[in-house]
Amino acid sequence: MRGDAPVVLEARGITKRFPGVLANEQVSLTLQHGEVLALLGENGAGKTTLMNILYGLYQQDAGEVLVRGKPVRMRGPSAAIRHGIGMVHQHFMLVPVFTVAENIILGAETSRGPLLDMAAARRHIHELSQRHNLAVDPDALVKDLSVGQQQRVEIIKALYRNATILILDEPTAVLTPQETDELFVIIRSLTAQGVSVIFITHKLREVLALADRIVVLRRGRVVGETRPREASERSLAEMMVGRSVILQVEKQTAHPGATVLALEQLSLNDDRGQQVVNALTLDVRAGEVLGLAGVQGNGQTELVEAITGLRPVRAGRVLIDGQDYTGAAPRRISESGCAHVPEDRQEDGLVLGYSVADNLVLNTYYVAPFAHGIVRDGQAVLHHAEQLVAQYDVRTPNVTTSVAALSGGNQQKVIIARELSREVRLLIAAQPTRGIDVGSIEFIHQQIIAARDRGTAVLLVSAELDEIMALADRIAVIYHGRIVATLPATSASREQLGLLMAGAQPEHL
Amino acid sequence: MQITGSIARAATQRTRWLTGGLLGALAILILVAYARAPQATTAVLTSTIRQSTPIILGALAGIMCERSGVVNIGIEGMMLIAAFLGFLVNVWTGNLLLAILGALLAGGIVGAFHALMAISLKVDQIIAGTVINILALGFTGYFYQQGLTTQGKLVPVEIPLLSSIPLLGPVLFANPPITYLSLVLIIVIHLLLFRTRWGLRTRAIGEHPAAADTVGIAVNRMRYINVIIGGMLAGLAGGFLSLESVGSFERNMTNGRGFVALAVMIFGKWTPFGAWGGALLFGFANTMQSQIQFMQNRLPPWLAWVGQLPPQFIGMLPYLLTIAVLAGFVGRARPPAALGKVYEKE
Repeated sequence: MRGDAPVVLEARGITKRFPGVLANEQVSLTLQHGEVLALLGENGAGKTTLMNILYGLYQQDAGEVLVRGKPVRMRGPSAAIRHGIGMVHQHFMLVPVFTVAENIILGAETSRGPLLDMAAARRHIHELSQRHNLAVDPDALVKDLSVGQQQRVEIIKALYRNATILILDEPTAVLTPQETDELFVIIRSLTAQGVSVIFITHKLREVLALADRIVVLRRGRVVGETRPREASERSLAEMMVGRSVILQVEKQTAHPGATVLALEQLSLNDDRGQQVVNALTLDVRAGEVLGLAGVQGNGQTELVEAITGLRPVRAGRVLIDGQDYTGAAPRRISESGCAHVPEDRQEDGLVLGYSVADNLVLNTYYVAPFAHGIVRDGQAVLHHAEQLVAQYDVRTPNVTTSVAALSGGNQQKVIIARELSREVRLLIAAQPTRGIDVGSIEFIHQQIIAARDRGTAVLLVSAELDEIMALADRIAVIYHGRIVATLPATSASREQLGLLMAGAQPEHL
Repeated sequence: MQITGSIARAATQRTRWLTGGLLGALAILILVAYARAPQATTAVLTSTIRQSTPIILGALAGIMCERSGVVNIGIEGMMLIAAFLGFLVNVWTGNLLLAILGALLAGGIVGAFHALMAISLKVDQIIAGTVINILALGFTGYFYQQGLTTQGKLVPVEIPLLSSIPLLGPVLFANPPITYLSLVLIIVIHLLLFRTRWGLRTRAIGEHPAAADTVGIAVNRMRYINVIIGGMLAGLAGGFLSLESVGSFERNMTNGRGFVALAVMIFGKWTPFGAWGGALLFGFANTMQSQIQFMQNRLPPWLAWVGQLPPQFIGMLPYLLTIAVLAGFVGRARPPAALGKVYEKE
């Protein structure tokens, strides 16, 4: 697995253009037999594009791909599969209503006569799961599996096609720390059996823990190659971003005041009518950041929607500053001094077709100085926008540009600017830095801490444990719609939080 | 996971028991009716099968399209055009086999046209279906000439021995060819969808086309083929109307059966046997409404008031039933997840 191992996959001078974007520019890399190659880069650095080219989903504009020394033209995923390449996509490519076995054999079915031979498929799956220690129930429906189990199904799916080169696109984004550790063990056992792995991530710690070699991409280009021994989180972050970055958020001790947000025995249903939040009680005080940690899909989304008035409450109460806002209209809640940074900024946070200026007044367009009676004051809106764009460092050609044309980080800054530029008692921030560049993350983190220091109560919901640990003063862990524990941030460890997120009982820790 | 798995299995167990119980009760009911009035019962059941044939064929057409992810509300139009062309071939050649092939071909071509609009041109699929329905009405209305005559229509073929079984024989084994074919097709399409490679892939592209694409399945090509097969099934339904049931063509002779087929498809949760159940129910309601009108003056005293109703109200019966069934079931039926969504790679 070191220097002299044969090269199984090579990319030479790959260039790929999308309208208006150069996603990959002269990218070259090699993958050796039995190694874990980490491909590190920020969101939008071109990692996924490169992998989609290697897997045949996109065609490169220039450059070539060599498998075991021979140039090949990947005309589609079937060509990649034929050459022994398997890919586990960031968003799993599984049919939820199919069984595990049906998902695994899809596209590589064995038939007996005209009918599918499910018995043979089950045997083969069983054998693979034994050999690689990947326990799955072939007859379970995929929609009933946990994310970690679904990922195992994806890996078996690749192995079922005899993949010897495995591409994992951000495989840890949806896992708890423990599931991540399990995945690393699986990857190690795969490489020991001669599988070569490309591991895509933007998480520095994982790269250092798992990789044999590290290739860093920035703005579509390879900017460096290193080994974990020769690198540190700081040096990798600098390579990834192109300048020195502060990994630690600077903050003073919190001085919590009175309770601002109080949730009492709150129960909620999801869109399908299943109860996802179950008699949940939680409070957030002025001048503190309460981090809500949990694996995605444990009720966080619905909880945020209920607090901000976007989802009906089945039972229980939502109190803001002691007043009952249960089931109140979103505008009334907003006017109480509640700011909301929604989880899906393009769907719920912005009107994509509107200008930056109009998006900045979505919560105040109907009051002075932006409106007088039924007449809008366009000048005031523009003036307001110019101020905020400067103050919040939004990189946009001008304030009348459509917000759809901005990068993810700048779109998020528009939302932060809109929500925090007024008097705010309570900030509900859901996944505030999901999928944005490190520079914007730093800035948004500073803004959240600044709001806290002004006395705002902050509820931070994030799937990134690192973000919670960096910002929160208290950490509440949600599991199956209940708060299983609330801990002071100073005494919480990653391992402890990980176990709680996976449903362990606090008294057993 | 184990727990949810066993709950799901228990739920399917319960549905099986329920279906079994219902079928058993139905069988007893039919036997009782047969014991009391053998001729009437046989006549009603025979007519139920006949009436349900175009409905189930249309529903199978819908199932093939929608399982692959393409909405098809143009079944009505596909049926009408195929009924017309099948009829014309019968007029010109007098060969009923050629006429059936003509209807299949017509349905397939209209299916291909729907696929072209829905998949390649990315027309909204509801609009594409509506276009076909309007086109069919206009096209057949414009070219239809009064007074065309044919030498005959498809006639019942009695299967020796089987047809002499009491009740079952006349109902199931003394039918004309397209009716037989429709019964066979229910089984064939069930096996195709749930037991073969083609079916697995078809359901996958209707649920999660990107997943199918990443394992090397040509999503749009498969959708084309499924929609064309669907068109041909609708064509067979049209052929049934003009070549087997009526034996000639009339303006708008489908008379909403394509839409009833859609309702039945949803009622049957996009499965052939479920849809067949719905089609039989509709066929039965249709039979009853004509029976009631027919027996107007011979109704038992406690049903005499029914005879007083204007016949139009009795005629509504099957359609009211469709509405009731849809209102009761649509909410719980889950369509294929990618239904109506164009698949684009980049």
